[in-house]
Amino acid sequence: MKTGFCVFLAAFVALGASWFGFVYGPLKQLGVATETKVLQSDDKWPVQRTGDATLGLQVYRANGCAACHTEQIRQTGAANELSLMNLGVHQATDLKDFIASLLGTVPELMNFSNAVAGNLAGWKGELPKLIYSGADDTVVLLLGDKLKAVGVKTEARVVATGADIARMGWGVRQSVAVDYLYDSPVQLGNLRAGPDLANIGVRSPDLNWQLQHLYAPKSITPNSTMPAFRYLFTVKKIGAIPSPDALKLPLTQQPNEFTPPPGYEIVPTAEAKQLAAYLVSLKNNAPLYEAPFTPITAAK
Amino acid sequence: MNSAENNSVCSNEIDASCRVPLLALFGGAALWLVLGLALGIAAMLSFHKPDMFADCPFLSFGHAQAAANDLLLYGFAIPAALGVTLWIFARLSQSPLALPIVPVVAANLWHVGVLVGTVSILLGFSTGHPWLEYPRGASVLLFAAFMLIAVSAVTTMGFRLNRELYPSHWFLFAALLWFVWSYGTANLFLVCNHPPRGVVQAVIGWWLTNNLIFVWLALAGVGIAFYFLPKIAGKPLASSGYALFGFLTLVFFGTWVGIPQSAPVPAWLPTVSAFGALLSVIPVFALGIIARKTVWGAKVPCFGGPFCFIRFGMLSFIAANLFYISEFCPRASRVLDFTWFNAGVTQWQLLGFAGMILCGAIYEILPRVMDRELPFAKLAKLNFFLFAGGTLLFVIPLLIGGVEQGMKLRDANIPFADASAVALKFLRISTTGQLLVLLGALCLLLNIFVMTLQWKLGLLKTVVGVVKDSLVEGSAYRPLPGDKSACATLQRDEEVKP
Repeated sequence: MKTGFCVFLAAFVALGASWFGFVYGPLKQLGVATETKVLQSDDKWPVQRTGDATLGLQVYRANGCAACHTEQIRQTGAANELSLMNLGVHQATDLKDFIASLLGTVPELMNFSNAVAGNLAGWKGELPKLIYSGADDTVVLLLGDKLKAVGVKTEARVVATGADIARMGWGVRQSVAVDYLYDSPVQLGNLRAGPDLANIGVRSPDLNWQLQHLYAPKSITPNSTMPAFRYLFTVKKIGAIPSPDALKLPLTQQPNEFTPPPGYEIVPTAEAKQLAAYLVSLKNNAPLYEAPFTPITAAK
Repeated sequence: MNSAENNSVCSNEIDASCRVPLLALFGGAALWLVLGLALGIAAMLSFHKPDMFADCPFLSFGHAQAAANDLLLYGFAIPAALGVTLWIFARLSQSPLALPIVPVVAANLWHVGVLVGTVSILLGFSTGHPWLEYPRGASVLLFAAFMLIAVSAVTTMGFRLNRELYPSHWFLFAALLWFVWSYGTANLFLVCNHPPRGVVQAVIGWWLTNNLIFVWLALAGVGIAFYFLPKIAGKPLASSGYALFGFLTLVFFGTWVGIPQSAPVPAWLPTVSAFGALLSVIPVFALGIIARKTVWGAKVPCFGGPFCFIRFGMLSFIAANLFYISEFCPRASRVLDFTWFNAGVTQWQLLGFAGMILCGAIYEILPRVMDRELPFAKLAKLNFFLFAGGTLLFVIPLLIGGVEQGMKLRDANIPFADASAVALKFLRISTTGQLLVLLGALCLLLNIFVMTLQWKLGLLKTVVGVVKDSLVEGSAYRPLPGDKSACATLQRDEEVKP
């Protein structure tokens, strides 16, 4: 390295290569993405937000909500599930014996006999009954067909797996690139000091709940570590006509620390309403080509 | 080190030429460091008492944390590193700083940019992209200021007497290009009227973050350490061949790190990043070993002096960057992602590595540039112990707490509230460490400001003296104390000699 030009060239080539890889490449691949189709449906994904919710993203950005909340669900894999939905004319005990004999005789199913038998142990006939869950689809296809042949109704489902998805309400599939098509700026976040919000609109769809939670998180979750965002609300004297927007705090026997003084009401500012609308718009519940799963409503 | 440089008659003149630009850069940097740490502590208070700032939007965690982080990087690390770069280039070139007025103007532009950016974030005008929160007005100022300082630095480098480049040249020169390109790209794409659609924004953001926090800090920090370590230890740098290897592997591999493994993007992006992270272990170790071999066996009395700062910085370079790389290991990332671990590693890189080396360099440079002793030498030593202890106390609880939080997050049977509550007790210790670092930063600020004040008073006295003399005697021009014209002639003679 005798001259400045050599150093310049080395740095130029090195950074240029990564610029092509991590800036130009994604721009070409993802920057041209458009809405995609929801699996087994004519719906498009993602859904364009309402005006209030679009403004709400800017409130989310301005207040740095992404410092504590992520908006991305991780998935470690997927599983095939087979459930019994309707036994037809059969009794539970007979069916158990029938399945056991299938598992013992059909060569492809023998490997899975322990898993299925374990699920069926102690089953008294409650429905629906999950009889298999695993990565392999042999059981689901073959056993499903054999049971269908004798008039038993089954349901085969693809489900996403992983800790994020196992947490109730956090989401049913991993987040994928197309989910953020209408977000600008994209607020992925990288710290979960608070729960993930990718699916908060499905988990807590009630606007009033969202507003109350913003005003006083502890009034909903007593051990919450979330700060109250009282600056997004105004406490004002109830006039001749009470504000229709006033927060409907749950009626308690005696006033507590969260209730306003008598004769006063808590009115959300425009920002608070937009933020709540944005939160309610966050959903992670459409099966996509790159993140498939079987919605619960689509029974076979 | 260059033998010619030691023979240089006029290092005084070189130092004097850097005085005003460096004061402008270092003074502001120290002030922003103190403010950044104070804001960081204010932000963390939200975790100790959640409703503290419920009626005060400016200091809520989301506002204050972003402002604090940006102050540490854009307010402190970058201008301080630029100041040190200017001085090192001038010293290595054996020539006074070229265009000395340019960096003075640029430093002021830069600090105005940081001020505008910080106020904007606190008022809610952040762009929402991590490490790129400053709105357009502020980032244009920063970019222009950086370009101006780079012009002065590169011109100074061009005036060098010895054409052979020293390893610090490679690192610091590459750092100049690195910032301009990555910061420029990110701003052009993200802080514009028509940003790209969807998750590309996040990818460009991660690319910038990695290129600033990992590569840029490494280039600047190691470049500075490679200048001072041989000088202080009185030994040559342990093989510039190895240094070249370290430099090339750092720029070629390091820049591919940065895309989190859990990112909702096509799988090739995180995969390439994981591979880049694996390869980046090579430069981290190589550069660490070179530093170690250079100071090995050197008997440097070190009790809180600049040598301690830089040695601690290089140890942090290895440790913090290995932790950083581990975030991109697919298996480890399942635990570490979305926890306090990442925040801890970033603070270690910023304060423990870059901050330490920069403070050491400032303490080493300031007395030379100002031509006077540090006003509070003891505070400078105290600064080291506060920084070293404080940084470790600040980041290590975050790392441990992050791992524990990550383990709990992975188990869906553990309620989320328990997983986040487990980090709280670690945050309490961590904030104590942050407080110690803040005290250390106050020592730095005090030293720089008192020194500036003394210098300005001295100037005032001289001016008053000259005016008085001319009024009283009406006499002809007398050379001011510190006039280096004799020195300049001497140096010109030196240059002519073969």
